Amino acid sequence: MFRRVFQLRNSFGNVISVCKSCPSHQYSKCLSKYSTASTERKRFYQDVSISQGDDGLYEINLDRRKLKTPGGKLFTVPNEALAIAVATEWDAQRGTLKFYTMHLTTLCNTALDNPTQRNKEQMINSALKFLETDTICYRVEDPPGLVDLQKNEWDPVLHWIENRYNVTIGSSSSILGPEIPQATKETFRQHLNSYSLWSLTGLEFVISQLKSILLSLGMVDRYLTVEQAVLLSRLEEEYQISHWGNVEWAHDYDMYELRARTAAGALFIQLSSENLTVKHKIMQD
Amino acid sequence: MAGLASPLRVCRGILKELRAMQGPSYKRSLAYSYVMDQFRKNKVTGERYCRAQQEALHASHTYLCLLASTRSHQALHNLYHAKGECSTEEAAGLVGLRLPTQPGGKGWEK
Repeated sequence: MFRRVFQLRNSFGNVISVCKSCPSHQYSKCLSKYSTASTERKRFYQDVSISQGDDGLYEINLDRRKLKTPGGKLFTVPNEALAIAVATEWDAQRGTLKFYTMHLTTLCNTALDNPTQRNKEQMINSALKFLETDTICYRVEDPPGLVDLQKNEWDPVLHWIENRYNVTIGSSSSILGPEIPQATKETFRQHLNSYSLWSLTGLEFVISQLKSILLSLGMVDRYLTVEQAVLLSRLEEEYQISHWGNVEWAHDYDMYELRARTAAGALFIQLSSENLTVKHKIMQD
Repeated sequence: MAGLASPLRVCRGILKELRAMQGPSYKRSLAYSYVMDQFRKNKVTGERYCRAQQEALHASHTYLCLLASTRSHQALHNLYHAKGECSTEEAAGLVGLRLPTQPGGKGWEK
């Protein structure tokens, strides 16, 4: 009994003495061990390949093992192009796995696992919420240069969308934003209803990146390229940059990240809504 | 409005990114053969495959943007943010200061 207590005290004392002998630089090493920068997993595979399962869905193979989602499901994608793009992301990792650069994988995981357990209607509602506070509908009144810039750059997109979907949206400089008619919302709701669950996942991701449903739809409808959509989304920031100068570690860093995310979302929407069927002509003798 | 580059430029751009990603063996990768195959198939017109006008070109342009932006973002991340938060010494060094080495601070000995 006494011996056990003694042992306990001894081990306790050891712990304390270890702590005491831990100088400040070791302490900072301890900290960096648990920071996000060094908790990346090693690349544990050599070859990445894809294979088609019995149900026609494509799977990703890391060496001999099949890739799974964080939720434990088998990772499957509906077409070859998406599978190859995901496989390329895994193949591009050097040394450690950097999940923050693997946007397509992340989107597929979200669509497969659906971690928030939402159905289509809830996703459409959350996407439509952006319509009331859409970036390109809010205008400024103050610096005249920015007012002109917003008018010249955003108005064509707004008009194009209004013509394409035959709706009225309008812009406003009041804090309440423009008054969006109910008919407009219904039109967009019907349009979004034609998307599959996968495409909606991608669209919602793009909308939340660009902070604009109109720019997102303009990009999905191939009126804007990714670069243009990102530029228009960051218009005020670009204006400030032109005035005060560019800071690489903040502005460029953000822009490239936004571009990568937006491009991944746009590609994901296109690939998951595309359905490739091959019909060969019948040769006639 | 969408100002798209020519298909040849986009194709070369994608191949350049794949090469930067995978090194000299990029020609054996899945993506290389798929991209080449798609560009050859849609060489005359994408509409032969019942696609909307310029759909394939737009998709390839988007993919090029994804690859290029991810690489640039990664490079900037490694340059500025990869080391995590900098230590107190480094933070002080950024603005040309040094941390006091004596317990009483600067001028303690006098």
